[in-house]
Amino acid sequence: MRSWRPSIMTLPRRLAPYARQFGTLAVLVVLGIALTILTPYFLTVANLLNVAQQTVINAVIAVGMTYVIISAGIDLSVGSILAFAGVVLARALHAGLPVPVAIGAGLAVGIGCGVVNGLLITLGRLPPFIATLGMMSIARGAALLATDGRPISGFGSGFRWIANGQLAGIPVAVVLLAALYAAAHFALVRTKFGRYVFAIGGNEEAALLSGVPVRAYKIAIYAVGGGLAALSAVFLTARLNSAQPIAGLSYELDAIAATVIGGTSLMGGEGSVIGTLIGALIMGVLRNGLNLLGVSSFVQQVVIGVVIIAAVLLDTIFRRRKR
Amino acid sequence: MPTVISAAPSLLEMRGISKQYPGVVALEGVDLEVRRGEVHILLGENGAGKSTLMKILAGAVRRDAGSIAIGGRLCGMESPRAAQAAGVSIIYQEFNLVPHLTVAENIFLGRELPSRVPGVIAGKAMAAETEKILAQLEVAIDPQAVVSRLGVAEQQMVEVAKALSIDAQILVMDEPTSALTEKESTRLFQTIRSLRSRGVAIIYISHRMEELFEIGDRVTVLRDGRLVGTRSIAEITMAELVRLMVGRELTEHFPKQRIARGEEVLRVEGLTRHGAVEGVSFSLHRGEVVGLAGLMGAGRTEVARLLFGVDPMDSGSVWIKGRACRPTSPRRAIRNGLGFLTEDRKRQGLVLCLDVGENTCLASLDRFSTFGVMRPRAERAEATRLSNGLRIRTPGLGQRVVNLSGGNQQKVVLAKWLCRNADILLFDEPTRGIDVGSKVEIYQLMNQLAAEGKAILMISSELPEVLGMSDRVLVMCRGRLTGEFSAAEATQEAVLKCALGAPPS
Repeated sequence: MRSWRPSIMTLPRRLAPYARQFGTLAVLVVLGIALTILTPYFLTVANLLNVAQQTVINAVIAVGMTYVIISAGIDLSVGSILAFAGVVLARALHAGLPVPVAIGAGLAVGIGCGVVNGLLITLGRLPPFIATLGMMSIARGAALLATDGRPISGFGSGFRWIANGQLAGIPVAVVLLAALYAAAHFALVRTKFGRYVFAIGGNEEAALLSGVPVRAYKIAIYAVGGGLAALSAVFLTARLNSAQPIAGLSYELDAIAATVIGGTSLMGGEGSVIGTLIGALIMGVLRNGLNLLGVSSFVQQVVIGVVIIAAVLLDTIFRRRKR
Repeated sequence: MPTVISAAPSLLEMRGISKQYPGVVALEGVDLEVRRGEVHILLGENGAGKSTLMKILAGAVRRDAGSIAIGGRLCGMESPRAAQAAGVSIIYQEFNLVPHLTVAENIFLGRELPSRVPGVIAGKAMAAETEKILAQLEVAIDPQAVVSRLGVAEQQMVEVAKALSIDAQILVMDEPTSALTEKESTRLFQTIRSLRSRGVAIIYISHRMEELFEIGDRVTVLRDGRLVGTRSIAEITMAELVRLMVGRELTEHFPKQRIARGEEVLRVEGLTRHGAVEGVSFSLHRGEVVGLAGLMGAGRTEVARLLFGVDPMDSGSVWIKGRACRPTSPRRAIRNGLGFLTEDRKRQGLVLCLDVGENTCLASLDRFSTFGVMRPRAERAEATRLSNGLRIRTPGLGQRVVNLSGGNQQKVVLAKWLCRNADILLFDEPTRGIDVGSKVEIYQLMNQLAAEGKAILMISSELPEVLGMSDRVLVMCRGRLTGEFSAAEATQEAVLKCALGAPPS
């Protein structure tokens, strides 16, 4: 497998690195076809838009997770950062601050938590697992402290437009998600930032000895991860019309799952944002389909677990064949 | 002198071995016949197919075609376990030892002796057995020592002991001396000879030509995945061997060209990092190749790391092009025009999962981006130019460097610094683990770079290389500079004397 980086390859070869994404895409298509046959409710515009909106939260977090994992790191704190950023945003709105300012405050909290993660990992030399595990607890606790453990609900229609509004018949959140993925993909394959993310994940020492400012970029990567967790908090808060300090529990695991299903290697140095989007959609479609089929949520958990394992297993077998 | 027992029966017969990887034919109909009690050298440039052939023998890679027979019996070799059962043991360059286990635990890994209580390991019995094997090898290693505490040479002996403990009839050694000192190598050769006299067949891969004549009985040469031929070492000369390997005669081993020395670009005074480098002073001029000789652990790599800002210096001053500057980070050093070709290219020089073009441009992305957005066409053009100029053999710029041979990987690292236009180049063992043909190409590139007015500091453990390619030779011993010679003064004896710590006479 090759990551999604057609950067300086000749045109015919450009298709080769997409092979892995085609595989994941095929799974998504097969899943769609199966659900279309099994239930008349799946393939309707309303339901598909619903799936898209359901997927937004996970998909936004998973973009940041993809960067983090390609750089050979991990971020367990994004679910908690979502909750913390969400309650800060909610309190700012209730304090009467204009919507953009309140959103800015929420994003700042997320980016700030990410920067702290990055500092702990670079200057503190902590393993990313430990640093973000600590942050996971700290941010959750901060969210609970800031709200006394109670949800903050009821916002103006201007803010809720982010979740309810439509642009040309398409939900605003879905439009924003598409724009985010386009930007994130571009950043990964066509910018210096993206190249350095791959280089750091592939061989940190070689990157350092090539003059890559590894520390600064790592901090930036975790800041992006935290910022995107905060952005998903904006969507979630607007949709629920409520910010809850216990929101986003185990969302980090969903994001990791989407990233891994999408073909990003936990070893670092390989991966793609598009794959992650497909991974998030597979998870979204699966949940939606199982709901439509009336499968209990307990069974759903089992099915999703099986899908994660099957996706990575297939990938491993595929790679072993190529050897 | 190696003795050739011509009538010895063949122990291993590999016939018509072929292996194809997507887009590459790694091996095509290769035969290899090895006799009991011989040291059989396997020779070929990097990428000739030696490793693949050995991995097939060891069951680590599956062959597409061909047969393998040991002692006349056909063996499938479909897994490493099957190969082991057939009596094949392979010692890779990177050892397969578990660092935190003891010598005995490593030797019996996967075959632990059971004690009377089910599931419990008979530690004492294993230690005793290990001691017996080590005694056979005449090495003094404690069976209970933790492997990570042992030196490279000792770890190698543990690997040999492990092979003996499974009654290996065929022992494959891949560049066993590449990390050993001369003394340790001599020791290893003794062991190899004693194994040979016991009837073990040894397949020996190495790039060091002198070694082959010292230890080998017969040699099989591969080129581009094909068998070139098998010869008796006693009946072949080095020049013939080189010709077989590269398909052409190398007229001049060291194609050194002398360039008029230019202005001083690097001046170092009193460079110190306690415990590694003590008060090292020297200078480097344009158009000059300065060899830095010394034994392993003399502090040569440490000097390069200090100059490149990888490790902080305790004291000392550095002037680059007349300006005083303190190297505090590789980034800063690179800005000042330094480039560092590291000793370990896989771990420090290359991002193996990135492709040739991406590695080439990694240190100079600013040149190919506008406000952080890459300009792929500019990048591709420059990478193509360098790849052609250095004659990097790759199917394309999109090829991952992990798939290239050692010599070509080294050229990619070089390309990275040329792309950056570095004019003070620190080369740490630039030709280690590289085949003869690529070596000469690297030497020629060094000439060319010197002619372009670049300054090169070449750290090398191969004395002939230091003497053959340097305009000046510096010698280090235990962290100190112990000698400096002009090319005319530098002789093998004089340099070695300084390297061993004797003051120059």
